[in-house]
Amino acid sequence: MTTFSVPGFSSDYRFRLATYILVSLLVAGSGFSLISGPMNLPSTEGMLAVVDGLFGTQFSHLEHFQQIVVMELRLPRLLLAMMVGAILAQCGAVMQGLFRNPLADPGIVGVSSGAAVGAVIAIGLLPVSFADWAIPSFAFLGGLLTTLLVYSLARSPNGTSVLMLLLAGVAISAFSGALIGFISYFADDQKLRALSLWQMGSLSGASSANLWLCFITLICLSLAFQRRANSLNALVLGEAEARHLGIQVESLKIQLIVLTAIGVGIAVASSGIIGFVGLVVPHLIRLSLGPNHITLLPLSGLCGALLLLLSDFVARTIVQPAELPVGLITALLGAPFFLAILIQQRSRALPE
Amino acid sequence: MLSIPNLRCKAGKKTILSINNFQLDAGQFNAIIGPNGAGKSTLLKAISGDIPSSGRINLHGLNLSKWTALERARHVGVLPQSSQLSFPFTAAEVVALGLTPLSLSQREAALGIQQEMKRTDCSHLADKPYPLLSGGEKQRVQLARVLLQLSQAMKPPLLLLDEPTSAQDLGQQHSLLTLTKELCQENSYGVLAIFHDLNQVLHYCDHCYVLSDGELQQQGKPSECLTPLQIETYWGYRPELAHLPISGRIAFI
Repeated sequence: MTTFSVPGFSSDYRFRLATYILVSLLVAGSGFSLISGPMNLPSTEGMLAVVDGLFGTQFSHLEHFQQIVVMELRLPRLLLAMMVGAILAQCGAVMQGLFRNPLADPGIVGVSSGAAVGAVIAIGLLPVSFADWAIPSFAFLGGLLTTLLVYSLARSPNGTSVLMLLLAGVAISAFSGALIGFISYFADDQKLRALSLWQMGSLSGASSANLWLCFITLICLSLAFQRRANSLNALVLGEAEARHLGIQVESLKIQLIVLTAIGVGIAVASSGIIGFVGLVVPHLIRLSLGPNHITLLPLSGLCGALLLLLSDFVARTIVQPAELPVGLITALLGAPFFLAILIQQRSRALPE
Repeated sequence: MLSIPNLRCKAGKKTILSINNFQLDAGQFNAIIGPNGAGKSTLLKAISGDIPSSGRINLHGLNLSKWTALERARHVGVLPQSSQLSFPFTAAEVVALGLTPLSLSQREAALGIQQEMKRTDCSHLADKPYPLLSGGEKQRVQLARVLLQLSQAMKPPLLLLDEPTSAQDLGQQHSLLTLTKELCQENSYGVLAIFHDLNQVLHYCDHCYVLSDGELQQQGKPSECLTPLQIETYWGYRPELAHLPISGRIAFI
């Protein structure tokens, strides 16, 4: 693997600085998030409760129920938010590189909707007792099937056409919406409520199986994406140019599509459709540190974790003791952002 | 170094390119010329593997399809006619992508990038965002990337250029063509370039291939291939031949 060290390319110093900043913000944000909520806890005690929970010590002087709030409600939710955020942001960055379009997003290509159909089938049609394993596997299958369908539709002898890919994504999203509508229409009241809450995105359903699944997915995806960062850089030049540089473009594209389907499927299964994280985060990182995927991917992961952590914190404290679906918060932040990028692109395109 | 015993390309059912006995020697600056729709770009794309073709293309005696992707990338470079980038990579970062098929140490890599950018006269652009460069600047940056990609070739590399001077001003055209000629003479590159300007072919190229209707009609030294009569046959226009008083060279008007 070649390493780059031209002035301005590896930007080692800025990369390290950004990593330190993001990691410290994540740590501070996690601590703050653990102790605040409808029940505010003294800060040191909250931290000590986590230490106690992990190592079986007895440092904190919290009541038993307070420890349960920290260890079994807030901590799993916090971890899930960070992992889902990191997965979504990296998948977004990879999709944008793959489609050579800063506006591409798992939602836009139809992967999220496909995964949602899978999850909705599992929630709406299967008995509740199957939910634990059925939702993630159905979501992954839904995401993968959609992606493969979109990809085979968009495939031509000269490679995949981005335009076709995006249009097919639009069609698939519409079709998925209809399917979800059908299933919701025939669902009973209780399932309907579960369905609509899940569709808006919530991080409250963090079971330990869920957490492990996300953890393993996050680690494997990050490693797999990082190995392909250099090829993604070359792909930005164009598919033909990347091929001339010795990259097996067709197989690279399929690998990236399957990997993002896995990431998005797992993320959708564990927390519903949380939009715009994959769009906003990579864009912010590109603005501040440049588009090189070698630095873009890990920083997007960190920044995505931070964004979803903060969004979830807002979602569960702004109307406490009730809470908002976190998907609402990210959409509120992300949709205007999406428009801003659009306007910026349009004004940049005008002079030519 | 490059030999194509036979090669066919089809668009639908129609054969758009049919080449027999094409030979290209290392150390020579070769031009492909011909009227629009003659199959010039198709030939270039078939050699670079961008479009499917039937037949054989041998580079250094070995069928190109048998080369490993990395070896092939180190020996065949393609300069695109124009290229857009949707992300703001700097010019130096674009050049650095030429390292992809190579395995160099960081020091060698940095040195290589500097060298090639200097050679194509774009060192001053290193930190500028590529999307903001002019067409000519982009092309020189891309050329630096391709030269870096070919810099570790074990055998004479093949450089394919698609209208290399289209976006350059007069002075830049001259320096780019002179540089290409140097690459042929000093580093024994084999260069195959599409040209529209026949005078450039006359002045810079060692050999030219005249394509028309998807077939190789003629080849040889530019001064022998390019006569007013031949030009009229293929382009449907008969230019006037002028003998330049100072250099003694010929030019078409």
